Amino acid sequence: MHADPIGVLTGAHFIDGDHACSEGAIAAGCRFVAGYPITPSTEVVERIAERFPFVGGVFIQMEDEIASSIAIQGAVWGGKKAMTVTSGPGFSLMMEHIGLAAMTETPCVFVDVQRAGPSTGLPTMPAQGDMMQARWGSHGDYQIIAIVPNSPQECFDLTIHAFNLSERYRVPVMMMMDECVGHMIERVVIPSADKIEVHNRKVYDGPKESYRAFETGRDLVPSMVKAGDGYRIHVTGLTHDEKGYPDMSVSAQGKLVQRLMDKIRIHTDDIVMYKEEDVEGADVVVVSFGITSRTAIPAIEQAKAKGLKVGHLRLVVVWPFPEKRIRELAGKVKSIVVPELNMGQIVYEVERCAAGKCNVVSVPHAGGTVHQPKDIFAAIEKSLRGT
Amino acid sequence: MPEELYDIETTIPSNPIEEFLRMDRMPHIWCPGCGIGTTVNCFVRALQTSGLDLDKVAVVSGIGCTGRVAGYMNLDSFHTTHGRAIPFATGLKLANPELKVVVYSGDGDLTAIGGNHFIHAARRNMDLTVILINNMIYGMTGGQAAPTTPVGATASTTPHGNFEETFNLPFLAESCGAVYVARWTAHHVRHLTKSIKEALAKKGFSFVEILAPCPTLYSRRNKLGDGLDQMEFYRDNSEIKNGADTKTVTLDFQGKITVGKFVDKERPTYIEAMNQHYQKKYGERYVPSDEMRKHFHA
Amino acid sequence: MPRNEIKIGGFGGQGVILSGYILGRAASIYDSKYATMIQAFGPEARGSACSAQLIISDEPITYPYIVAPNVMVLMSQEAYSKFSPELAPGGILLTEEDLVATHNLRADVRHFSIPATRIAEELGKRLVLNIVMLGFATALTNLVGRDAARNAVKVSVPKGTEELNFAAFEKGYEYGLQLREKAPEKTFA
Ligand SMILES: Cc1ncc(C[n+]2csc(CCOP(=O)(O)OP(=O)(O)O)c2C)c(N)n1
Ligand code: SF4
Ligand SMILES: [Mg+2]
Repeated sequence: MHADPIGVLTGAHFIDGDHACSEGAIAAGCRFVAGYPITPSTEVVERIAERFPFVGGVFIQMEDEIASSIAIQGAVWGGKKAMTVTSGPGFSLMMEHIGLAAMTETPCVFVDVQRAGPSTGLPTMPAQGDMMQARWGSHGDYQIIAIVPNSPQECFDLTIHAFNLSERYRVPVMMMMDECVGHMIERVVIPSADKIEVHNRKVYDGPKESYRAFETGRDLVPSMVKAGDGYRIHVTGLTHDEKGYPDMSVSAQGKLVQRLMDKIRIHTDDIVMYKEEDVEGADVVVVSFGITSRTAIPAIEQAKAKGLKVGHLRLVVVWPFPEKRIRELAGKVKSIVVPELNMGQIVYEVERCAAGKCNVVSVPHAGGTVHQPKDIFAAIEKSLRGT
Repeated sequence: MPEELYDIETTIPSNPIEEFLRMDRMPHIWCPGCGIGTTVNCFVRALQTSGLDLDKVAVVSGIGCTGRVAGYMNLDSFHTTHGRAIPFATGLKLANPELKVVVYSGDGDLTAIGGNHFIHAARRNMDLTVILINNMIYGMTGGQAAPTTPVGATASTTPHGNFEETFNLPFLAESCGAVYVARWTAHHVRHLTKSIKEALAKKGFSFVEILAPCPTLYSRRNKLGDGLDQMEFYRDNSEIKNGADTKTVTLDFQGKITVGKFVDKERPTYIEAMNQHYQKKYGERYVPSDEMRKHFHA
Repeated sequence: MPRNEIKIGGFGGQGVILSGYILGRAASIYDSKYATMIQAFGPEARGSACSAQLIISDEPITYPYIVAPNVMVLMSQEAYSKFSPELAPGGILLTEEDLVATHNLRADVRHFSIPATRIAEELGKRLVLNIVMLGFATALTNLVGRDAARNAVKVSVPKGTEELNFAAFEKGYEYGLQLREKAPEKTFA
């Protein structure tokens, strides 16, 4: 399917990442947004509020992030594509509802424009400290998808992708932006609507009697109906059977949670997304994501100029993690360097996959600004010592 | 409002209620003597006579014994998280205004953890019918104190007796802007049925508080007998005062219970206000969602 | 053109951010260059000296912040005291002549000034001071072409004020061109 032209501002724009994210959502067909103001994400909802009356959307500023993160799920069951937008403290408040969306297989998008934490931290400055929270923040076992853009253009493109993935797999998808990317203004090219690929959830329209709301085929993704279609669905955050009815048995729990995990696992190869440069034959690979993928480039160039063989692997989708590829690389390179605007989160994943096959070096940063390329350069050099 | 003007339907249709319930989920989890089931019967009766297309009615519950209501209704039904039924319902209603969205949940759910959502939905006059079961306790979790536990009552977390003031819920709802506010007990099945029917017919935020016994965790602990004793207490101690000033309807421990329809007024609902505002401001440029447009042309 | 780092400074209400935005828009939309603008947020943005930071380059921009600006456009004394020390060696400094006294200026700095406020007042609107400065900067640097800048002005100023803003831009541009012709050193950023 292609995007509905009514929402698509085709052309070249000079806008910030937050606004580009709003435009991406509109192009993706999002028509319900609930949010609560918080720096540095507010510009996303401000633009949505400005634009929605003219594209058939409903925006509501809720009383808090808890409300916002579940209002969107009500809207999804009412038939809409929906998103909520926040930053650190608000993201913390939304955790229970990420679990609800995962459990009830409610497709929706959570945008987190990361700022430096913990707590109120540095409200106006960037960080990438919520990466593990995005993956593990709600209780219990579940899977989500998390995407990390590194420019306003990607905020546009990848927000559309976030909606498409959430619709395809019926999972909450996190857009893990950061303050720098959110507030940075760059050229954003919005293609015409017929060039924008939009995916919509599978809809069930068969007979009522045989409808089982959480029954799936081999793709493990159930088809959806919406309230008011006459199917009289029941949706619960309790462990449930294929009909959607609560089932408090250990076997139902095992079956459901296993499917929620497998639903993403069996599609990991389709979902993971990373960009590689000069990785073949490299001694060192820098694994980066988001804004850090940009600050890593001058460091990599500097190292190459010194004759080092350095490759770059940028994670665009961070969750699910491209385990297979990192494992492969770890067997070939001497070291992997992981700069991130946190005290070391994704580096744990890299270490896990590397499993001792190569040296793994973290380049932590508490946030508030971006890395100095020289610090990443120093880590690249250091990573080869003793290998 | 004098009692006579508030006519009570004397004939309650005796159609089977089975078609309204998910019979494949019976038996339900509620204890013998629990008042929640009685209120569900009244809700079903109200739906039967409401004239509503049941395919377009959705029930949203939070978590708690009352929160299980959604799961037993043979309607589109959503069992959400603790305290958050109202914001879920808000999203659902705004996505498809054609739906009649009913929130059915407990006193703790709606006014403790969900209190913020309750007051804001009332302020916005969000188009929801909220049915609150006040059993003066957290039932599901084992009888802890709620914001509705009367001073002097004991609960598992107030073993020495409760000294915190309670919410007067009709007053809270009215002050926040609810357009329909009533309180009944599980004893008043006819009044209650009628009241739910009215609330369902109302545009905007309508609120029905229902006192219902929780024999297992409230009545017994407070030496008030079982469910039947509690129902008898309701019968003997309730006073119907339609139109009563909500300020005066506070509930005390085993004190008089003022019941009735307290508020029934009009003011623009959230959805009306939003559409009118944009239409007035932008005329043809305003593009409501297809569902909104359909709703307003209907 | 290598990476150019530009800082525009002044006090709130002078249209500092807008002039940076127009310059970036000119470069990235109308001149097919790369431009990244960073807005100062938080406590830094609250003070009386506000700034816009911009990078313009022929190459994709990696590191997003400016490190040592080689072009500075300053419209207030406070902005001058606060920001001018950051100017890269040999950098270009453009100031508003009546608002900025350039004492203790480093010898390596190439400095040009324009009475932009007076010019704007002559046009009848003091508010277009920032656009006069923009025209001036367009003439005295190679950051963006004249047409690109004019196009960006057109789509970035409030509807109905385009003519006034064009006039302001042209005045600044002409003034700058004259200084450029007289300048001893002929290479510009
Ligand atoms: C976030 C969260 N906190 C606490 C709980 C535990 N909990 C479940 S139901 C409940 C109270 C229910 O009381 P009420 O709403 O009065 O419903 P009742 O069981 O009395 O009908 C609590 C505290 C929960 N499920 N979620
Ligand atoms: S615990 Fe109380 S409220 Fe819950 S089902 Fe039993 S009687 Fe009803
Ligand atoms: Mg209760």
